Amino acid sequence: MPKDNVLCGEFFMNGDIACAEGAISAGCRFFAGYPITPATEVAERMSERMPEVGGVFIQMEDEMASMNAVLGASWAGVKAMTATSGPGFSLMMENLGLGVMLETPCVLVNIQRAGPSTGLPTLAAQGDMMQARWGAHGHYEIIALVPTSPQEIFDLTITAFNFSEQYRVPVLVMADEAVGHMSEKVVIPRISQKELVNRPRPRGSPEKYLPYDSRMGLVPPMAVAGEGYRFHVTGLTHDERGYPVMTAEAQDKLVRRLVDKIKLNAKDIVRYEEIDVDDAEVVVVSYGIAARVARYAVQKARDEGIKVGLLRLITVWPFAEDRIRELAPRLKAFIVPEINYGQIVREVERCAAGKAKARLVPHMGGGVHLPETVLEAIREES
Amino acid sequence: MTKMLTVEANPMDCYLRVDRIPHIWCAGCGIGPATGCFIRAIDRAELDPNKISVVSGIGCAGRMAGYIKLDSFHTTHGRALPFATGLKLANPELNVVVFSGDGDLVAIGGNHLIHSARRNIDMTVICINNFNYGMTGGQVGATTPLDARSTTTPYGNFEYPFNVPYLMTACGATYVARWTVLHVRELERSITEALNKPGFSFIEVLSPCPTVYGRLNKLPRGLDEMRSYREKSVIRDGADPKDVDLSLNGPIVVGKFVDIERPTLWDSYRQMLDRASKL
Amino acid sequence: MNLWRKPFDLDEKVTEPVKMHIDIDRCKGCGYCVEFCPRGVLKMAGELGPKGYEMVRVVYEDECLGCGLCEAICPEFGIYPATEEKGVQPTHA
Repeated sequence: MPKDNVLCGEFFMNGDIACAEGAISAGCRFFAGYPITPATEVAERMSERMPEVGGVFIQMEDEMASMNAVLGASWAGVKAMTATSGPGFSLMMENLGLGVMLETPCVLVNIQRAGPSTGLPTLAAQGDMMQARWGAHGHYEIIALVPTSPQEIFDLTITAFNFSEQYRVPVLVMADEAVGHMSEKVVIPRISQKELVNRPRPRGSPEKYLPYDSRMGLVPPMAVAGEGYRFHVTGLTHDERGYPVMTAEAQDKLVRRLVDKIKLNAKDIVRYEEIDVDDAEVVVVSYGIAARVARYAVQKARDEGIKVGLLRLITVWPFAEDRIRELAPRLKAFIVPEINYGQIVREVERCAAGKAKARLVPHMGGGVHLPETVLEAIREES
Repeated sequence: MTKMLTVEANPMDCYLRVDRIPHIWCAGCGIGPATGCFIRAIDRAELDPNKISVVSGIGCAGRMAGYIKLDSFHTTHGRALPFATGLKLANPELNVVVFSGDGDLVAIGGNHLIHSARRNIDMTVICINNFNYGMTGGQVGATTPLDARSTTTPYGNFEYPFNVPYLMTACGATYVARWTVLHVRELERSITEALNKPGFSFIEVLSPCPTVYGRLNKLPRGLDEMRSYREKSVIRDGADPKDVDLSLNGPIVVGKFVDIERPTLWDSYRQMLDRASKL
Repeated sequence: MNLWRKPFDLDEKVTEPVKMHIDIDRCKGCGYCVEFCPRGVLKMAGELGPKGYEMVRVVYEDECLGCGLCEAICPEFGIYPATEEKGVQPTHA
């Protein structure tokens, strides 16, 4: 074990563990969580590893407490994370909103399972995708990344921390039980400090510090507790001083900035992987575990001579609107296999704006699509 | 915004966000004196204000975070304690104070209250008990006395309230006290003791709520409620928390009920780290 | 003040009245200082301040010993000892 106890090398590990290790490589030194299948292993791994790397692990009394403890730790200057699944995700929503409003960098991992309600605790689904975008009340913008393998969950957890620090927003890692519980090879490189992003820090004197100073850009510098800045932050609508202001003007200014700081930087945040899209007439848009089945189906379809490509979304929120709008005019159809009854397909349909069909291939959850199902849809639309 | 030029200035103004004073609390509200006691406690204890973090929840008492000139966090309803837990665990050097109301801490935040006390995490909790949900207009709360009127119990409250000091003692708090805002000197001393004492310190502060609770329960002016404190309160340091429950017409037992030593979360956490390092 | 016994240092420790200043921008006329002053120094003024609340007035100036109870019990941080130099107090801490 190297001196700072951060792993490095090639490992055979499951997604949950890879997620925990990704957080550690990213500099996460605080984890507060609550056991929930299938995310429990993230907490268990963190409980083992946090003391080894000089971090803190605590199992809180419920998911609301977990989310708040993560926010508190971030405000004390520590990179913090929690992991949960559907029911816990629902509980965390109000305080995710607090994190957005206070502009707190942190990472929330949702290893999705079938819902609604208790659903199928041990089986995969992708039914929380819209909730990831709109789950908390009020209008806001969030970043959600979707991994498709244990290696990617490792990589994207680091990306999630970097985005959260850069944009001062909670970032969601929307994995699923299949990716979380499968074991594959994970290569953990040596991460240099230069690759990690840290929140913008205030530069002037404490007397002049404004917690939400937007004069230099959409992401204000962040002071943390105990440094003498004596700031006040609140979940109420506030102005640059952090003080609650009960006016429509303050609301306009604040909500616009909270949304714009992500929306206007979408180009840097939106990531996707494309296979064989250049000459495609039909494009399969997929994410997470469903994308692995989709890739196989696309391959088989190509073998049959169908001009089909795969657009695998890595960033689901903000949505890859520009790319869909770009592709739509020259395609016959988008095919969206997802493990829900139609969530991201709505975004695809919206952005296609009638220029290409958006065909949903649903799976209610509890498993993954059969490649034949996706292949059948590809054949029908091409 | 016009700046008010005062010829005189309150010596405690250095701890207040004077650009937001006068505050929103009603005439006669006890949160003001409680805040004053807190400020004088930090001042006289000569604690480093830069290391004090105040976390509050939603409600009238929760607004205190916006008036005090320290690192302060106005969080969601009931969740001040876990937020404070995260702050403290991530930076143990911080002196974390949770200042919130009875509804926020004992009702919606009840789960977090009992677990934080159980953990004996090093923080000071000041619970302003005005016997109702004041900010939203005077609804019944977990501390509203039996038979008291509120906007959601127009025929009188039919639930028994918590005996909060008893609850805290049972959960493992190592410092439990109750004062009213009439007892300004004792409250200030209690807060100083609590701030300096490691472990979970809990101080219940009874406060008049003239606009709602008081008005609905025949105590229309803050002065009426304060006078009732003067008549009915009896100081009994070391009283058994079991016997200090409050009722509409009964005595108000105040004092320092519990002041014990117990390993704090940090003590047992360090032992765990010791064990972990030996593996 | 009627003392039932005379303190030995009564002649050395001559009490000086403290001048309390009432901030009329802050006072909300709740009456706590009037009610709880141990020496009855303050009374309600009978006139309204700039915000429409009834003001408080120092009536028996010489009786005030600066115990500070009014200062501590005021919900508005609106009554405090006047200083000799006029001007805003320098901040410490």
